[in-house]
Amino acid sequence: MRYLPLTPEDRTEMLGVIGVDSIDALFVDVPASAQRSGTVDLPLHAGELEVEREMAALARRNRAAGDGPFFCGAGAYRHHVPATVDHIIQRSEFLTSYTPYQPEIAQGTLQVLFEFQTQVAALTGMEVANASLYDGSTAAAEAVMMATRVTRRNKAVMSGGLHPHYVETVETLAHAAGVGTQRLAVAIDAEDAVIAAIDADTACVVVQTPNVFGTATDVTKIAAAAQAAGALLIVVTTEVVSLGLLKSPGEMGADIVVAEGQSIGNGLNFGGPYVGLFACKEKYIRQAPGRLCGETVDADGRRGFVLTLSTREQHIRRDKATSNICTNSGLCALAFSIHMSLLGEVGLRQLAAINHAKARALRDALAAVAGVEILTPRFFNEFAIRVPGNAAGIVETLAAHGVIAGVPFSRLDAKAGLDDVLLVAATETTLDIDITVFSKVLAKVIAQ
Amino acid sequence: MSMNSVGRPTRPQTANDGARGPETLTGARGLLQDEALIFERDGWHKTGVDLPEASAPADDLGSLLRTAPIGLPGLSEPEAVRHYVRLSQKNHAIDLALYPLGSCTMKHNPRLNEKVARLPGFADIHPLQPQSTVQGALQLMDRLAHWLKTLTGMPAVALTPKAGAHGEMCGMLTIRAAHEANGQGHRKTVLAPTSAHGTNPATAAFVGYTVVEIAQTLDGRVDLADLESKLGDHVAAIMVTNPNTCGLFERDVVEIARLTHAAGAYFYCDGANFNAIVGRVRPGDLGVDAMHINLHKTFSTPHGGGGPGAGPVVLSEALAAFAPTPWLVHGDDGFALIEHAGEQSAETAFGRMSAFHGQMGMYVRAYAYMLSHGADGLRQVAEDAVLNANYLKARLSDVMSPAFPDGPCMHEALFDDSWLEGTGVTTLDFAKAMIDEGFHPMTMYFPLVVHGAMLIEPTETESKQELDRFVVALRALAAAAKAGDVERFKGAPFHAPMRRLDETLAARKPRLRWKPVAEAPLAAE
Repeated sequence: MRYLPLTPEDRTEMLGVIGVDSIDALFVDVPASAQRSGTVDLPLHAGELEVEREMAALARRNRAAGDGPFFCGAGAYRHHVPATVDHIIQRSEFLTSYTPYQPEIAQGTLQVLFEFQTQVAALTGMEVANASLYDGSTAAAEAVMMATRVTRRNKAVMSGGLHPHYVETVETLAHAAGVGTQRLAVAIDAEDAVIAAIDADTACVVVQTPNVFGTATDVTKIAAAAQAAGALLIVVTTEVVSLGLLKSPGEMGADIVVAEGQSIGNGLNFGGPYVGLFACKEKYIRQAPGRLCGETVDADGRRGFVLTLSTREQHIRRDKATSNICTNSGLCALAFSIHMSLLGEVGLRQLAAINHAKARALRDALAAVAGVEILTPRFFNEFAIRVPGNAAGIVETLAAHGVIAGVPFSRLDAKAGLDDVLLVAATETTLDIDITVFSKVLAKVIAQ
Repeated sequence: MSMNSVGRPTRPQTANDGARGPETLTGARGLLQDEALIFERDGWHKTGVDLPEASAPADDLGSLLRTAPIGLPGLSEPEAVRHYVRLSQKNHAIDLALYPLGSCTMKHNPRLNEKVARLPGFADIHPLQPQSTVQGALQLMDRLAHWLKTLTGMPAVALTPKAGAHGEMCGMLTIRAAHEANGQGHRKTVLAPTSAHGTNPATAAFVGYTVVEIAQTLDGRVDLADLESKLGDHVAAIMVTNPNTCGLFERDVVEIARLTHAAGAYFYCDGANFNAIVGRVRPGDLGVDAMHINLHKTFSTPHGGGGPGAGPVVLSEALAAFAPTPWLVHGDDGFALIEHAGEQSAETAFGRMSAFHGQMGMYVRAYAYMLSHGADGLRQVAEDAVLNANYLKARLSDVMSPAFPDGPCMHEALFDDSWLEGTGVTTLDFAKAMIDEGFHPMTMYFPLVVHGAMLIEPTETESKQELDRFVVALRALAAAAKAGDVERFKGAPFHAPMRRLDETLAARKPRLRWKPVAEAPLAAE
């Protein structure tokens, strides 16, 4: 077997050194009832060619986004990732290293994390950021738990524009931890409605901009209201490219910012792995979840980096830790950081401007389709439309015509009564011809 | 002196007296560059991408537009490549040498898995595109689930957790939901051994349980009498790692399960050490109710400097109905995802662990790895992992002190620091000296039940030659420590990219980001 270096002779010799007759003697502590003599009922080993052939056959049964017109967003976005990014993240020293517990031989990873934290803080307009969490949704849940620790209050208010998967992820953890949640009625443009829901037990309000319908909101007023009531404002962003064009949450007064970082450096990957961005005001950092990389010096006085403030973490604090997270999204954070370095501020702003222009072109094309209504008033690269009839059915029909038309809102929330709402996104990867084909086929399907 | 015809010396000109020579003038050390931060290169107006102009100005967003500078530097492509390649050279990696971190299973990461994970049919599909257009992806998830269920002898699996700790949370939430459905919601205590991974008590507390520790016997196993005395109507579950963090198989695991079930509690098994038994022992045969599987350990998806991982959780019949959404089902029209709790058959699902459907990129890699090894290869994985650990234990036991000398270990060998007594060398010093010899240190000071613990997990992908090289190095270091060569340890590492770092300073004066306003250099206090 190609991944196993020991030869039969090695094994015999090693058993001799250990002083046992057979490998079974090393499994002597396993109860007799669980000892199995043969292999489990699964296929036997296969060569690289055979495995690759089988995997390719499975891959071929999926319609890749790049195969034709494609307009899905809703928390995961198709962007062009420079070839350099994928090359670097496959360097052995990044790909096959562990969490940097031994800083003397992990400065590569650690310096990247320090740069990543600085990039995330700048992008979100916050003072500090951590070294990543699993994804945007779990980062939102962690942020809510952190707010309860900071404020010693026990309720989270979530806007009606928060991505339904994020709502459910927050609810899962909050309910287990005994934290109350209030989700406001699903609404396309009503992030401000959280203000009226703030009470004396409110630890935080969670709003999203651009929200799940694509609506961009100035949250300054919400920040002021939360602050006046002693609650924290958590701002969620699922499309970080928007921050190249839009005012940052930090500028608008956010206390904690969580974002899905997939758009920068990471592919769609059917939903994961992605990278959760987490940033906050510096005064709250000791309540933050996840790993933090900090600057220090070595015995020779040279600048270096280490994981720090780990007394917050599970391996030190155990049941008193701020979170149970251990493994995070290191390699995805590296991909994010490389792509962001390649873009720079100049490239990010330009990329964001292109995305916005593409989405406006898509809006104009769809607005001209009889029966389609544009629902989102202010958007970045994604917006909601109303279609006559069931959006999920229309999406299926368009898929049969080779167009992946977007995400029916009912796929995210079947109970909101928005079965005729479709979320559509455009990015720099969207061609003008894709937009033309989409609007023409949609017009035809609607007319049928 | 030897010279060629133009006077170039062809032999070293100075005798090697062991001196390292003067510090360099630039801070570089040969191939290792002193690499500035991206923020220190004045690249504020640079970019490494060529993008077209936007077709229209963003004149419709008014006051939402960003006006102030963001503060993100750019690098041209050659500069970016060089920056990250230079940084990469300061990392240890499994591709460079043994990485014997106990509990972490740092094994070889096959490149075939990287190749297939990048097929557009896996890497370029959206989690919410119509399910009819991703049948291959859903089929792969179904097959991965089948392999995991078969290897563990368990009837169900929740695939979506994103790492081991997330899997623990998934398992504990499933248990909680089952108790609540059975009118047992008053059970608020979780029992876990003192030797448990930190994530176990952290997870239990995070989801609202109180953690009570179970004592350990002198031979490194769960103390059955102590367990029995602490079980009761208030206990929701036990969390036990098996093989445990001392590298030992819990001999009484069947009895542990029986006592737990008799008390009305569930048995959560931390599956971090599944590599020791995969293909040979099925946790389902041991009475386990829930167990997470770290795909980034046992099934070789790369650890990436700290993730991403994946932590699917296998579940017993009693718990299966409470698994989180989404559920993967096989209907008349092929595979489908049930994405909402309360919908169709998922009416008892406890909720959602995260957006979308989990770590597809890791599923692809892990499934390719499983296909490569097959049932026979995976059994050999466990056997070779255990053989390698016992070989190291046998070859080091006369110079180091095994924490549990009697009987075999599983896939990791645990030593305490009693053999260092009187040498003035600590476990930390010893570990740092290993760095100078070219090896990553073992896991140190864990598990907590062993003083100065050194937990060595070689994995099955080390050759006998590499193990022997490691043994030679450790025996030489042990001899040096005992011979009073304390300087070799106290100052170590001397030959790594950096000397020992001041962690106290980092925590006392946290600098978590580069700042545009120059700060005075940090200096040790």
